[in-house]
Amino acid sequence: MPANRHNGFTDLGIGVGLRVPHYSHILGRKPAVDWFEIISENFMIDAGRPLRTLDLILEQYAVVQHGVSMYLGSPRLNRDHLKRLKQLVRRTKTPFVSDHLCWGSVDGSYSHDLLPLPYTFAAARHVAARVREARDILEVPVIVENVSSYAEFHASEMSEWEFLAEVVERADCGMLLDVNNIYVSSRNHNFDPFDYLNGVPLERVGQVHIAGHTKFERYILDTHDHPVLPTVWRLYAHVVSRIGPVNTLLEWDARIPPFEEVHREALKARRFLRDLETQRSENRKSAQTVTA
Amino acid sequence: MFSAVSRPLTPAQRMNPRWGNGRRTADVAASFIKPNDRLTSFDRLEIYNRQYWFRLLDCLYDDFPGLRAVIGEKKFTAMSETYLTRYPSSSFTLRNLGSRLEKFLREEPRWARPRTALALDMVRFEWAKIIAFDGGARPIVTIDDLLGRDPSRLRLKLQPYVTPLELGYPLDDFSIALRQRDDDGPQAGNAASTGRASKSGRTVRLPRPERVYLAVHRLENVVYYKRLDASAYAVLCALRGGATLAKASERANDAESLRRWFEMWMKLGWFCR
Repeated sequence: MPANRHNGFTDLGIGVGLRVPHYSHILGRKPAVDWFEIISENFMIDAGRPLRTLDLILEQYAVVQHGVSMYLGSPRLNRDHLKRLKQLVRRTKTPFVSDHLCWGSVDGSYSHDLLPLPYTFAAARHVAARVREARDILEVPVIVENVSSYAEFHASEMSEWEFLAEVVERADCGMLLDVNNIYVSSRNHNFDPFDYLNGVPLERVGQVHIAGHTKFERYILDTHDHPVLPTVWRLYAHVVSRIGPVNTLLEWDARIPPFEEVHREALKARRFLRDLETQRSENRKSAQTVTA
Repeated sequence: MFSAVSRPLTPAQRMNPRWGNGRRTADVAASFIKPNDRLTSFDRLEIYNRQYWFRLLDCLYDDFPGLRAVIGEKKFTAMSETYLTRYPSSSFTLRNLGSRLEKFLREEPRWARPRTALALDMVRFEWAKIIAFDGGARPIVTIDDLLGRDPSRLRLKLQPYVTPLELGYPLDDFSIALRQRDDDGPQAGNAASTGRASKSGRTVRLPRPERVYLAVHRLENVVYYKRLDASAYAVLCALRGGATLAKASERANDAESLRRWFEMWMKLGWFCR
């Protein structure tokens, strides 16, 4: 189910997050990349070089917008933010917009962080309403991404995956499933990441994020500064085995290596897609043999 | 949780063990965050508290290299913490984080001493650079738009990304020197941390007082600093303040200079509808 109503019926393939250190390589060499994901906020500006660069990228590549400050769990959405976001949606023609299942602003002050929510039914209702509101304004599908977290709240009434499921079902929206974030949180909160994957409605996945992280003595930090670890690839393989090829995006945000290295890392995902195709082919042959 | 996340760190860059009202922060954290087998509630909250400060301080650090050089790295960090505590981010984008820094320095000049005038000039100059980088651009006024218009009634608007500045120091030259130093990359060095040394170890001499007039602007998406005559600066400021073309032109020394300036400014696309 690669293309579905949650991702604008797109089958984009394997993409890379567009980052400043790679601009000259991409514009000069024009590498064959399936698609780029941009951080919306970097381009929600009035004019200048970032927008000019974006326009050059848009001439050659498919671009999808990923946001970091809609703060769906905050008390209310910022209308100025949404207005600017919509202008960018019109510019990029992104098939869908993603942002995080978190909060980050209160009373007009911004943390610029993806703060975790208490997993309560009230919070799920609140976030679902905000997702619907954003979708109505932006007029494109909005999909929500699970965040890495380092804290759990006494107030929570359910697991994170139950909360995610509750939100997306109530909002009738898709998920940007970040398998690295699932792994990071699973280690920080002592749960089985496969329970997470088996507990969310995978048919709503519109996109998958993969990334690297950093292990500290007592916790894991979601740093996006390493290659994807084997444990995270295993979660990716599980998702792909359940739902088939899906829009896949590698995030690399710190200590960014040359573009070729980042792209090579992203393309490792193809191995799992090939394995999936091989498995499906063998299954078809077995079925034909049995029928015969 | 927001007030906990945004509370200033201790000098050792840890979460403050004392809450504002004398309570232990550990007790406050335990009241809403679960511990696990490796981390206390305090530890878990501290991860967010530290991330908040590291992210915001890094942003100001990158946006104001000149101010850092003027007041010193250590003082800059302490000033940034105080600034962000008084003026937390009120924008969804980190681009606007330093928008109230000049206001703050005027309110709290101790952070700028002993180079108060230089620091205030620098913060205005560096904010103008941010505006020039991605500030809005409006449709350009052309010669045809001006033909037949009465100068005593015509008001020209300056592009939002153009900032005329009167400075007491040649900060354009200083900024370029800082940039060149940083572009040279890491070098071995034993310079003390005076605030004028970068990671490269080289120091850039602080500028001597000199009255300069600049327009910080952009052309083809590149930020530039253009030196102006004092009277050219006065003309631009008058136009930006809403004066008519005729009234603003009175600030010019002579008609020939005025003609040359306008020819240049029109070419640069500084006037908009």
